[in-house]
Amino acid sequence: MPYAIELRDISKRFGAVQANKDICLQVPAGTIHGIIGENGAGKSTLMSIIYGFYEADTGHIEVDGKRVDIRSSQDAINAGIGMVHQHFMLVENFSVLENVILGAEGGAVLKNGIGAARIELQRLAHEYSLDIDVDAIVEELPVGLQQRVEILKALYRGARILILDEPTGVLTPQEADHLFRILKALKDQGVTVLLITHKLREIMASTDNVSVMRQGEMVAHRETAHTSKEDLAELMVGKKVRLTVDKDEAQPSEVLLSAQNLSQFDSQGVKRLKNVSLELRAGEILGIAGVSGNGQSELLNVLSGITSMDEGEIHFAGQVITAKAPKDAAQMRDLKMAHVPEDRHKMGLVTGFEAYEAAVLGYHNSPVYNGKILMNRKVMLDECNERMAAWDVRPPNPHLKTANFSGGNQQKIVIAREVEQNPEVLLIGQPTRGVDIGAIENIHEQIVKLRDSGKAILLVSVELDEIMALSDRIIVMFDGAVVGELDAKDADERTLGLMMANAYNEEQEGVSA
Amino acid sequence: MFETLILMLDATMRVSTPLIFAALAGLYSERAGIVDIGLEGKILGSAFAAAAAAAVFGSAWIGLCFGILASVGLAMIHGFACITHRGDHIVSGVAINTIVAGLTVTLSMHWFGMGGQTPALVGDARFLDITFPFADAMESVPIIGQIYSNLLSGHNILVYLAFIMVPVTYWVIYKTRFGLRLRAVGENPHAVDTAGISVSFIRYRALIICGILCGLAGAYLSTAHNAGFLKDMSAGKGYMALAALIFGKWRPVPVLLACLLFGFLDAVAVRMQGVVIPGIGEVPVQAIEVLPYVLTVLLLAGFIGKAIGPKAIGRPYVKERA
Repeated sequence: MPYAIELRDISKRFGAVQANKDICLQVPAGTIHGIIGENGAGKSTLMSIIYGFYEADTGHIEVDGKRVDIRSSQDAINAGIGMVHQHFMLVENFSVLENVILGAEGGAVLKNGIGAARIELQRLAHEYSLDIDVDAIVEELPVGLQQRVEILKALYRGARILILDEPTGVLTPQEADHLFRILKALKDQGVTVLLITHKLREIMASTDNVSVMRQGEMVAHRETAHTSKEDLAELMVGKKVRLTVDKDEAQPSEVLLSAQNLSQFDSQGVKRLKNVSLELRAGEILGIAGVSGNGQSELLNVLSGITSMDEGEIHFAGQVITAKAPKDAAQMRDLKMAHVPEDRHKMGLVTGFEAYEAAVLGYHNSPVYNGKILMNRKVMLDECNERMAAWDVRPPNPHLKTANFSGGNQQKIVIAREVEQNPEVLLIGQPTRGVDIGAIENIHEQIVKLRDSGKAILLVSVELDEIMALSDRIIVMFDGAVVGELDAKDADERTLGLMMANAYNEEQEGVSA
Repeated sequence: MFETLILMLDATMRVSTPLIFAALAGLYSERAGIVDIGLEGKILGSAFAAAAAAAVFGSAWIGLCFGILASVGLAMIHGFACITHRGDHIVSGVAINTIVAGLTVTLSMHWFGMGGQTPALVGDARFLDITFPFADAMESVPIIGQIYSNLLSGHNILVYLAFIMVPVTYWVIYKTRFGLRLRAVGENPHAVDTAGISVSFIRYRALIICGILCGLAGAYLSTAHNAGFLKDMSAGKGYMALAALIFGKWRPVPVLLACLLFGFLDAVAVRMQGVVIPGIGEVPVQAIEVLPYVLTVLLLAGFIGKAIGPKAIGRPYVKERA
């Protein structure tokens, strides 16, 4: 029986970067096939080639044993390939129905096509248990359902091969479980699923076979039943890695920062931060868990002084900060609060700056870097060289533009900048987003080291593994409010997941009843 | 009193016509994600081309063809800059306005040597007013007859076309495949691209329609409303159309109403010329001419709520390198 999809010697080069090199892949029909690799391993490039976004330099693709020429997304769709992108490709103010028929309207006038599509969608929804209100406006749907629209879009176009690119990044654990049940149902109906992810847990839980990519090459193919997380992790990075962080028991002492009843409204008057109170002690890491967009970013912005709260107060370094007496980000820095923002491209770096310039941002007025009139380039360069050596930033070239470093190395530049100022409190958002495993280890070690030197760290991350590995104490946020707090020792994935979906209390009540 | 109202509404229709064409032109362009501040330039360019061709060939229809051709040409330059080369939409639009403002006068001097005007158009070189059947007979019937013969009858064909274009646009935008894709491309071009449709092709087609409609607006000005081209005769109509487009929240029927409101204020301004209001004195015309703009700012500032445009507007589409 021919393979549902087979890649033969696919290579793709972007300038100096060899994104894909001689990739071969065989996926039997009706299986779920995982492709795992670090960020930048070339997974997304490969999928973009299959979906016709890029053309491969060499090699070709076969579908059901027949060679296909895929030069555009339309060719891919015609070949029966559908894709669910990491960032949904939906028109938000369109209805579900309009989104599904876009590009497959069935005639120049919508009327006829829409009627047929409605019937077809009902059939699909029934067959794969993908229930959805087809007249709902997409932006009013929760992300889990938006993803379902994407899946329906692909199936409506007759996809027999479904590619999902990092599908669980925006989902709660419960939504993710639901997704995997859907994928199993698709598989039972004979659909072939390609699952791209960097999460080992998902690969182990849902796939039949798995292929590992590293630095643009396909380095291994395994049957999921005959492999392990550790085995795959090793293949991904090419060396033994620990997925846990070695750290001693925390020794929390005095409260360095306390916040009471912080609230913030957005420009539409919606309360984004709801009466958040917390205490941060010297020598501990306080983790804030939550699905992205539940007030964590607002909390970081308020604490770091980037935006002002509307209600509540912050006590820090002997100062009381309120809406009437705010302090801006520079003033907070002067009080020895450092901040590694969640989005390093938007807030942490100026990507057009050279590394040594980016390495002083926020501290650029410090007398250390300034002469009488001009900035002291030599001091800046020397310091940058030292830090690059100490933090293992590659390539160690202070004149390289920050945009040209990999994600992990950019993040090291940002974290080094903040940590080396020896702050009392470090706010750190998504420290390892888009960072490869080797660098994650390094960054985690540095965070623990800072804690052990008696500093306080507030960690915001959407990665549960990271929260659980690093934190001493965990706060869970949902819809702008704190919905739970627990000691890291008592935390497990299920409890946190339920709290993140604000379903923990219901579940407890269900148990007692 | 009623007769005055009829006369003012009649004037409103005439003044609104180019606004309606231009605002609908902007609607196609902006719904597809292309900011079009160059409406003004396209109107002016078309006005000149239409008047010049009409003068040379003695036919308003040939003039109209040239007007549309000029306007579509300018729209394609805008497309080449903004779609193909991902340039800044505002810069390209302003450049078009500036070039056209200078070029029309220069060419006109060179070809006709009449101080920047084109020769006065007579006879078939202009679009003439169409009188509906029995209009004369109906005039004596009160109200209905007056509306029929004085308000509805007696306009040139372009006026009627402008009003017909509103339901047509509504149908195209909301009821056809092209309209669905056009709206999608203005909201999230990535969604369109991944659905296997060319973003650029849709945007170019939207700009062609935009060019045609601006061409009609310009030709109306120089070969129907007036009898020849005058320097800067578009007189900010493109900008006013843009204001009407925002005011009408990029939707055909509200846009029509905004154009009619602006046209009505314009008609009032003409009517108020030299009128002395007791206690105030003579009202400066400028005070009324400024009303559409003041109104737009005021209404947008709070009375009609936030005007949320197409989400991807003004942003060049770049295929993401994953």
